[in-house]
Amino acid sequence: MRTVYLDNNATTQPAPEVIEAMLPFFTELWGNPSSMHVFGGQVRRHVELARAQVAALIGADPSEILFTSCGTESDNMAIRGAVEAANAPVNVITSRVEHPAVLEPCRMLKERGVPVIELEVNGKGQIRLDDLRLALSRGRAVVSLMWANNETGVIFPMAEATELVKAAGGIMHTDAVQAAGKLPIDVRRLPVDLLSLSGHKLHAPKGIGVLFIRRGTRIRPLLLGGHQENGKRGGTENVPYIVGLGRACELAARALGDETTRVAALRDRLQAGILAACPDVRVNGDEVQRLPNTLNISFQYIEGESILYHLSDCGIAASSGSACTSGSLEPSHVIRAMGVPFMAAHGSIRFSLSRYNTAADIEYVLENLPPIIKKLRAISPFAAL
Amino acid sequence: MWEYTDKVLDHFRNPRNVGTIKNPDGVGEVGSMACGDALKLVFKLDKQGRIADVKFQTFGCASAIASSSALTEMIKGLTLAEAEKITNQDIANFLGGLPEQKMHCSVMGREALEVAIANYRTGKTSKKILEGKVVCHCFGVTEDEIVRVVRENRLTTVEQVTNYCKAGGGCGKCRDEIEAIITRVRGEEPAAPVAPQPAPRLTTLQKIRLIEETMEKEIRPALKKDGGDIELMDVMDNRVVVALRGMCANCQVARFTLKDVVEAKLREFVAPDLVVEEAHP
Repeated sequence: MRTVYLDNNATTQPAPEVIEAMLPFFTELWGNPSSMHVFGGQVRRHVELARAQVAALIGADPSEILFTSCGTESDNMAIRGAVEAANAPVNVITSRVEHPAVLEPCRMLKERGVPVIELEVNGKGQIRLDDLRLALSRGRAVVSLMWANNETGVIFPMAEATELVKAAGGIMHTDAVQAAGKLPIDVRRLPVDLLSLSGHKLHAPKGIGVLFIRRGTRIRPLLLGGHQENGKRGGTENVPYIVGLGRACELAARALGDETTRVAALRDRLQAGILAACPDVRVNGDEVQRLPNTLNISFQYIEGESILYHLSDCGIAASSGSACTSGSLEPSHVIRAMGVPFMAAHGSIRFSLSRYNTAADIEYVLENLPPIIKKLRAISPFAAL
Repeated sequence: MWEYTDKVLDHFRNPRNVGTIKNPDGVGEVGSMACGDALKLVFKLDKQGRIADVKFQTFGCASAIASSSALTEMIKGLTLAEAEKITNQDIANFLGGLPEQKMHCSVMGREALEVAIANYRTGKTSKKILEGKVVCHCFGVTEDEIVRVVRENRLTTVEQVTNYCKAGGGCGKCRDEIEAIITRVRGEEPAAPVAPQPAPRLTTLQKIRLIEETMEKEIRPALKKDGGDIELMDVMDNRVVVALRGMCANCQVARFTLKDVVEAKLREFVAPDLVVEEAHP
């Protein structure tokens, strides 16, 4: 059976070039990069090369790149580390639609007495800069706003938000896990202090992340117990994955531009095709300020999990913001924060593409999806209303 | 993905009895859009008062669709008195089991049937009306409903209650109250036996482990009181070969012990078809 993978905001296929780059570091090049002998020395060079490759993708200096185990660790370290390193009391400002890797540490800080402000979003999933201005007026703040949303692909006004935060003397963190490799990022132009990345969202394997820490930014480490990463994160470096991530960033930098445009065209074709073939659907989130690879769309009267199972029977992989797919009983906090009605929230499906998708993939989905929607609506008690 | 049985997937992919009936005798509607699942069940009786036709429409996940489809298959041909004995556990069993977090789908089926039967008997509205005190305001679950799922499914934790009827799955403010209900219901029936479950098919290894466990917990303590002991020698299909040790080895009533105690316990806890034999040295 043909398979079409359209769940790239969940994880991506590791690039063959990435795996190839990693393999020697499981076999002959297994030394500890900290060691004072040739086993370690030759490995150290590759770690530093990877650091430079990552830095190049976002316009950073290699010394500002810290390797972590995942995007979640990067987010935790940024927020908790910045709050704990502040000399004076600070507020935390974030948004309602952040990834749990940001929301949960913020809520933990709140329980410990740190004032936390969660900015609301409008129907398009956008924050209002006036809300941010107001929140910043309440005192010095550590701000964490995602560059692009994992569920809807909505892109926050990062330049404007960062300008406001820096003008107010705050610390600016952005979770750029979904943006990296899909949008150009240049920290020379955008004065964010902290920025999180995750390897497996850009065709590196799972288990490797990055926190960009602008030189001079005060941050308390999460992991103590070693001098590694300039004393900011103890633990022997995960060398094969660091090397893999470096290569993945190099490939991602090359794919930005032409490849991104091609992927956006595929996504637009998918959206237009679905809207033409299925009545009673709605696109969730800002359609202009949106990642080139993401389409979040709600099918009225039916529920997401049953759509996903039928899609899976056709070899098509996507995801849903419905309650049933999460194991919780409530639909996605992102979709709900946008004020999408419950029914549409339960029937929301996210298609997220990558550079490995083809036009034939999209036509295959457009062939198989409409009959599934029709079949499920025939079962639904609401569809006839 | 969820661990759905083949039967769940079959009923999801090929749902039986989808649709509506003109002038039905009973209509039951439960669930809501907000909750993410809803079921409308309609039936028509024949002259003998048996369910001659039944149809459903479901908004929900794969297991909600499968549970509805299964329910229609189960009640076709039954009298209403027979049909109303069906529990949510029966629906889950019919499907070869449901993931714990999806048990509320089977409860939704049972509720729809209940409302449809009440609608036939009383002519009252086919929508489920909340009666009694609402405990979970997020999902509109009443105390009576929670008591019922706790009792029928022998639930012991708040998490289970959430899995079975969604109560407590929203803001979580009612979790203490649910805890109190569980304690109260559990207190009413302290030593009631576990509801009979269909005997699962065990691999030989699982069977041996279960036999060992049962001997350790249920049999050995009694024998040891009399200075005896028992050892498992072999398991061949349904034959369990044991050796009696210590005082039991020479005991005149050992044969009764084997049949009346050992075999009975093993049949109760392991499999109903086990035969216990004494090893011959």
